[in-house]
Amino acid sequence: MTVLEGWWAYVFIAIAGWLATDLWRWLGVLAGNRLREDSEALNWVRAVATALVAAVIAKLILYPTGVLEQSPLWLRLGSVATGAVAFFIGRQKPAIGIATAIAVLAIGLHILGV
Amino acid sequence: MDDGQTIGTRRDWFLTGMKGIFSLPAIILMLSFVGFCAFTAQAGIPVEQVVFMTGMVWALPAKVILVSSILGGANLVTAFIAVTLSSIRLMPMVAALVPEIRTEKTPTWLLLFLSHFVAITAWVFAMERVQSVPRERRIAFFAGFGITLVLANMLLVGVVYQFVAEFPPIVAGCLFFLTPVYFLASIWSSARHPVIYVALVIGLIAGPLFYWLAPEFDILLAGVGGGTLAWLAERNWRRRREARA
Repeated sequence: MTVLEGWWAYVFIAIAGWLATDLWRWLGVLAGNRLREDSEALNWVRAVATALVAAVIAKLILYPTGVLEQSPLWLRLGSVATGAVAFFIGRQKPAIGIATAIAVLAIGLHILGV
Repeated sequence: MDDGQTIGTRRDWFLTGMKGIFSLPAIILMLSFVGFCAFTAQAGIPVEQVVFMTGMVWALPAKVILVSSILGGANLVTAFIAVTLSSIRLMPMVAALVPEIRTEKTPTWLLLFLSHFVAITAWVFAMERVQSVPRERRIAFFAGFGITLVLANMLLVGVVYQFVAEFPPIVAGCLFFLTPVYFLASIWSSARHPVIYVALVIGLIAGPLFYWLAPEFDILLAGVGGGTLAWLAERNWRRRREARA
């Protein structure tokens, strides 16, 4: 694992982090109400953006770092699946799905003695 | 100032926005930040860099990708591409929010500045509640919430950093897991277009698939490839349904 040091770390974060994200926000402001809500191009942008974030989510669940690295995959997938069931039963309230998934994970980790 | 009497002053609405820090989405985000802080502390990223990153890169998925790129030894260009591709979604989010909060008198520089505070949590919060705020005060309301949320999390990360490494493993593990679970639930529940659901499911499958096929470009390929597939599938399905109707 690499860790950046000194002023270069801040330049790196400013360019690859701040500029890389705020660029889209500025374009978003400029597009403003000029962007047609019903256009097919915007639909494609939405799909690509969501798939990107979904890929990040999947990696965080399947290949976690730190403590969860030693936890079994079936426990992590089981927590998410149980949370999803609770989420849909609970009228798609995020808090219900999140609390259930985390509770299942915590119980599982406790039983396994992690 | 007669105006201020009837709809409340800018300061009042800024304060109302600030109080949003105690709402459920803000609290979940703060817990996710504790989890993110544990992730960076375990990876050995210095606390000053984590606080700086929290304020400057205001999007949790972008931050996770940035940290992963740094840890993986990626160069500046590769890291920039990975982060910027994950942040494309900010453009339509901001574009959808701007017409809701501005008036004809709102200067563009102010919108450019405030756009920095738009991320999933602030966006969902604002889109939900801005309807009940007088139009002339929506900028103040959003600024109050957005700025408070960023500053509170910078402070939080700076304070908890030295403790997270000593957290019991169960707590650290659960907090880390909060991030993916929170994103899944909030994206699904705030989706306003059918294509979002399709793209979310395909992306969840495409991510690991491309990680297995081409680990260096997995996120990029899963996003562009999986997203395009989702868009084609949803469009195809929509057109067939329209043809039948």
